[in-house]
Amino acid sequence: MSSSCFSPGTEDRAAGGGLINRRWLLKNSLLAVPVGMVTTQASSDPLRVPEWSSAPGLIQSQYGQPSPFESHVTRPVLGLFPEGFGDGSGVSFTPLEKLAGTITPNGLFFERHHSGIPEIDPGSHEFVIHGLVERPLVFSVSNLLKYPMVTRTAFVECARNSFFNSLQEPQQRSAGELHGLIGNAEWTGVPLAALLEEAHVDLAGSWLLAEGADAAKYSRSIPISKAWEGEVLIAFYQNGERLRPEQGYPMRLVIPGWQGSTSVKWLRRIKVMSDATYARDETSKHTLLQKDGLARQFTFELGVKSTITTPSFGGPPVREGLQQVRGVAWSGAGKIAKVEVSADGGRSWADAVLHGAILPKAMTRFAIAWHWDGSPSILMSRATDDTGAVQPIRTDWYEPFAAGQIYHLNAIQSWGVSQDGEVSNVYV
Amino acid sequence: MCMYDNRTHILTGLLIVLALVLPAEAQQLGDPISESDIAPWDISISPDGRSLPPGMGSALEGAAIYADKCSACHGDAAKNGPAGSLVGGIGQLTQGQQNRTLGSYWPYSTTVFDYVRRAMPYQSPGSLSDSEVYAVTAYLLHVNGIVSKHYVLDADSLPIIRMPNRDGFISDWPSARQ
Repeated sequence: MSSSCFSPGTEDRAAGGGLINRRWLLKNSLLAVPVGMVTTQASSDPLRVPEWSSAPGLIQSQYGQPSPFESHVTRPVLGLFPEGFGDGSGVSFTPLEKLAGTITPNGLFFERHHSGIPEIDPGSHEFVIHGLVERPLVFSVSNLLKYPMVTRTAFVECARNSFFNSLQEPQQRSAGELHGLIGNAEWTGVPLAALLEEAHVDLAGSWLLAEGADAAKYSRSIPISKAWEGEVLIAFYQNGERLRPEQGYPMRLVIPGWQGSTSVKWLRRIKVMSDATYARDETSKHTLLQKDGLARQFTFELGVKSTITTPSFGGPPVREGLQQVRGVAWSGAGKIAKVEVSADGGRSWADAVLHGAILPKAMTRFAIAWHWDGSPSILMSRATDDTGAVQPIRTDWYEPFAAGQIYHLNAIQSWGVSQDGEVSNVYV
Repeated sequence: MCMYDNRTHILTGLLIVLALVLPAEAQQLGDPISESDIAPWDISISPDGRSLPPGMGSALEGAAIYADKCSACHGDAAKNGPAGSLVGGIGQLTQGQQNRTLGSYWPYSTTVFDYVRRAMPYQSPGSLSDSEVYAVTAYLLHVNGIVSKHYVLDADSLPIIRMPNRDGFISDWPSARQ
């Protein structure tokens, strides 16, 4: 007998471990639902009319909130120091495994602060451009909002994202806690290049120092050539509304594809320089120490990366039968070209389907059908971008680095599935 | 009168059309500001040290300031505080993250001054005078064995200090120094 509707045969396999090709799915699309959800028996009780269908509901509100039944969808918060020491210097993670699509809701977009979230009155906030310019300028927020704006979608990812996977033993944490120092949003703002033009930059100007108005006055050096490329935005809006305070209100840089920490929040100053400033966060931090004792510096671009979010640690156990494996992929270099999935620990791979618009330097969704036979399995996803860069396995990623190097970890995530369907973070 | 009104309308229409077709560069809403008015914000210090402010301080003076303002988070003598150690690890960089300290890892002394003045003490950044920042910087360099306790830091003597890991970096960006 060839493949039945509920159990694909060998000719339907895209790779080992039960990954199913698209042809079988198309052929059986109406029946391609998890087996556990197929009910053949009639329901024993008649449908009841619930109370929300029997009386008018709540009145309209000035600012909508998620359903109270979704109150578990929150950002896990992690301080970096013991309580009372440097509170406000920490992170919160985008709960990737609890979201769908590619746009991160503003209230769930990851945070990284170095000295808390300043409460900035936009009426009092000022932004200056100075240094190697003919005309040092100061701008009010209200004037900046009058400039022509552009809109683009881009991810912002912390260079320290996935740092738990740099540890020797795999940490049992959710996909969001492991890889959620990233968010993907539609940003609207003024190209930095337009304001640099207005200030008349000297020929000697080759680097920028960007600085925030928070208590850490967080600062980073950025090559001016990046701004002239036109991609660098001074963003005022995120997903259509003004930036949230924790995302840099009233204004921030957004540098698509680069270390998130260069997208300086609460932007107050750009100084045009002849060289980098060698600030604390581009010397002591955000540098990649190699085994040979030398550290790579100004490694701005983030690598190609992906993770499976369903199934993943902390989610419901995997059930035998047909189901959808899904996740997200992105690259700081360009568009996602393909995502392959393995269900047998990397021995064989099948192409996942990419969903929706595939935008450069933005999150892309992928999914693939998987028929799990109940035997222990290892699920992995491997992204390739349009420059041809391929996501490395963890040992290859780690190879050049000294122990404890945590930045730019774009290694393949592996999820082990035990016989009873429990999912855990495993190193392969 | 009627003709005047028409002309006004034509002029208004022309202005609206102009506003719509003018390139973005035509928008110029920045106000001129002098470098001296920017000075209170111009706190970044490059390795050449040219933006360093007047003032001076030594480790002897810095020790008391450190004990009062810094040690609660960074530990006595900059060791084993809740916010991590600032000393040690020289020559042992690759043997673990805790060895990457100000003394063992930071390539430029100017960055220490910049960061302490910009962001520390954590609860009240900007509260130290420039001479106090020089003194605390001198103390941190001293406990790392980089300068003597009598070495007086100022705008001239700070940038010439050679940090132990000065040559420890390779740049992934073509135009950076190194």
